Amino acid sequence: MTIERNFPIGEPVLEVKNISLRFGGVKAITDSSFSVLKHEIKAIIGPNGAGKSSLLNCINGIYQPQEGSIAFKGEVLGKITPNLIAQKGISRTFQNLALFKRMSVLDNILVGRRLHMNSNFLQVAFQLPKARSEEKVNHGLQKKVELGRALATEADFLMLDEPMAGMNVEEKREMCRFILKVNDEIGTTMVLIEHDMGVVMDISDNVVVLDYGKIIADGPPDEVRANQEVIDAYLGVSHD
Amino acid sequence: MSNNNIIMGFTRADLTNFLIVMILSFVAIPLVVQTDYWYSSILIPWLCLALAAIGQQIVMGYAGQLALGAAGFMAAGAFACFNLILRVPDIPFFVALGLSGLVAAAFGILFGLPSLRVRGIYLMVATLASQFFIVWMIDKFGWFKNYDTSGIITAQDIVILGKPFTSPLEMYFVILVVVTVLTVLAVNMARGSTGRNWMAVRDMDIAAESMGISLLKTKLQAFAISAFYCGVAGALFAFTYLKSLEPVAFDIKLSFKILFMVILGGLGTISGAFIGAAFILLFPVLLNSIGNNVFHGAIDATIISSIEQVVFGVLIIVFMIYEPLGMAKLWGNIKQRFLRKS
Amino acid sequence: MTEVLFFIEVVVAGLLAGTMYSLVALGFVLIYKASSTFNFAQGAMVFFAVLAFVGFMELGLPFSLAFVVTVLLMVLVGFCTERMVLNPLMNQSEDTLLMATIGLGFVLEGLAQAAWGVEVRRLDLGIGDFPIEWIIDVFGLFVSALDLTAGIVAAVLIIGLALIFKYTRMGLGLRAVADDPGAASSIGIPLKNIMLLVWSAAGVVALVAGMMWGARAGVQFALVDLALKALPVLIIGGFSSIPGAIIGGLIIGATEKVLEVYLGPFFGGAIEGWAPYVLAIFFLLYRPEGLFGEKIIRRV
Repeated sequence: MTIERNFPIGEPVLEVKNISLRFGGVKAITDSSFSVLKHEIKAIIGPNGAGKSSLLNCINGIYQPQEGSIAFKGEVLGKITPNLIAQKGISRTFQNLALFKRMSVLDNILVGRRLHMNSNFLQVAFQLPKARSEEKVNHGLQKKVELGRALATEADFLMLDEPMAGMNVEEKREMCRFILKVNDEIGTTMVLIEHDMGVVMDISDNVVVLDYGKIIADGPPDEVRANQEVIDAYLGVSHD
Repeated sequence: MSNNNIIMGFTRADLTNFLIVMILSFVAIPLVVQTDYWYSSILIPWLCLALAAIGQQIVMGYAGQLALGAAGFMAAGAFACFNLILRVPDIPFFVALGLSGLVAAAFGILFGLPSLRVRGIYLMVATLASQFFIVWMIDKFGWFKNYDTSGIITAQDIVILGKPFTSPLEMYFVILVVVTVLTVLAVNMARGSTGRNWMAVRDMDIAAESMGISLLKTKLQAFAISAFYCGVAGALFAFTYLKSLEPVAFDIKLSFKILFMVILGGLGTISGAFIGAAFILLFPVLLNSIGNNVFHGAIDATIISSIEQVVFGVLIIVFMIYEPLGMAKLWGNIKQRFLRKS
Repeated sequence: MTEVLFFIEVVVAGLLAGTMYSLVALGFVLIYKASSTFNFAQGAMVFFAVLAFVGFMELGLPFSLAFVVTVLLMVLVGFCTERMVLNPLMNQSEDTLLMATIGLGFVLEGLAQAAWGVEVRRLDLGIGDFPIEWIIDVFGLFVSALDLTAGIVAAVLIIGLALIFKYTRMGLGLRAVADDPGAASSIGIPLKNIMLLVWSAAGVVALVAGMMWGARAGVQFALVDLALKALPVLIIGGFSSIPGAIIGGLIIGATEKVLEVYLGPFFGGAIEGWAPYVLAIFFLLYRPEGLFGEKIIRRV
């Protein structure tokens, strides 16, 4: 299955080196390193509480890891804030819906777009609902709006934290198709956290497996699936 | 329901509404209303306080920062205007007014700094510092009051292009022009990217930051613009309504009043500021006239003002429970129902 | 030497006055601990309670009876608040609740004034606001008897409340509710009763605080503004800590007195009006959770 991609996978664009993150005495991430290649779709999987979201939050600048470094496009990111990261071209969605609840769907998306325009114009032109995004918009659509908002920033690096949580099979399939399409048509590099193994195996080029804050495997889906340590982690073999 | 004619992002309905309001306020009211009482006791304070309420609305309703100290910024604006006119020869009134707003905005930025660290009640307490500090500073440093010891300083006459604007009707026009310009500006900001950034910070600050919005810039901008509006409002309030400058006029009670205007009028709408200001201002007038005309003064004035307080308090609780978006939303619902029927 | 003595006097007077702030702050903390509601109306409750108390005394009730009747009235206020304000607003955002309690404050202030008038009342507790002689004799310090009484009353109240929380079933239930109301009610802790208890306790604390303030400065509307100073106290001490309320009150009391006495003359006085708030800002910048509050880690 070697279909020519519009944007072939290239050099590493994001390099995470030996980062460790602690909350007080709790170790969320321990000495983890991995890299994301340009134009690839990389999945981060692992049991609940393995530190997946924390990892994204470190890259996003919400958490500051105590040790290690993160480099994006060859530039080591020092003490950073989420808005600086966004300006460097990294955008994201959140695990729990993080829409701007009292703003309309369109306004939500325009926040990412930084358009200096009254949204009335587009709202009317597209016949979009004026209602606040929390009203009359179902969960699946809210997830999509959040993805749309992240895309609207024109980021070339997208981090999706459980983009398909709470969706039914139909919606998931549609979302997968959409993610692949974005990757194919505009070449957006994507890092996504997902629990549905079927989805992960289907759409990702590479998979990182996290367990207890440590990376236990990193490679193509088939390889990772055959990895004994990964199987143990998912079957819950006791750790010492 | 959709309207396809749009000019510069304003729908045709917006423009029609704007024209109606303009004709009403600039032509109809001056033609119909002849008594000075209406101008000096109702329309003038209403417009001034509505302007301050827009300021409160920007920082609280749009940017979601719980600030309580609008009166402090009003005081800063009022005394800045007094001193500018006093000390800068031949300064045009509107220039002095704008500069007064900027002085207040500087205070807004200073006292908005805590918002970068704290939120909610913590921020409220921090902004109370501005309320008490500014009023104290003006009161204690003689320079601000031009070393007047009587405590009450008469405001200078408003002179524009050599013509004094001293009658209630004339002052009404001056205020109307300022309020119109600043309201149009506020609506534009609120609906454009500035307002979207404020609301994004209000609704979910971390997500907003991840969308590339700088919290520092957005919050301080909201504080500055809010204080600018309050400052201009304070100067107008002192020069046209109070006609004097006394720090105590800008005490915490006024800040609470402005807070109530915004809460009752409806958080997050510019029209809410006007509706809220009208209600807070008119309700006591109504209550007084009921006391005078129905009970023929049999009810003590202090009782009436106590009742007024209770009613405001009860309304706030009721609105928080049933319609947190206030009277503006209520009005919108009524309008919608009416339109659907017709 | 006299300068040192004078300084100590100033600090002691400040500390004792600070206990009165502590008393008001204590009411806030009680309600915050139990319901995570920031009760802005606590200041109004102080005013309401003591005005009611004086009102009952004026009707000819003896001191003790007036006290009991006022306590019952405050329980009623707590009951109504729980049923009519807090219950309908359950699960609303903190800001919404805060605004509702601002409304509640206005209702209480208005009701109190409508019922008992606006003129300043005197409240004579039989303890004068004058120096105690034996302290002058022994230490050479001037300490007001009223301040000292207020300090002692505050200490007794605080120790009493701390014991109740620690050793009674009600106290245990309260701590459970404070920790997780959902979980607490699911294991059968009567949420409503506990809320009522807490609001009543806050009412009693408000009454005592009001009596102390009233005896010193007269029973008047200005009490509400004084009570507002409990807010910076809470920021310094942390909203959920009883010891924090005490220490915060003492810090504010002592600092504002020292500033007023030593810096005030240079600026025409009345620094007390804003000093607590500015002090609170500095605390916010360095320790936003307060001295005794728990550090809040915001989860994303």
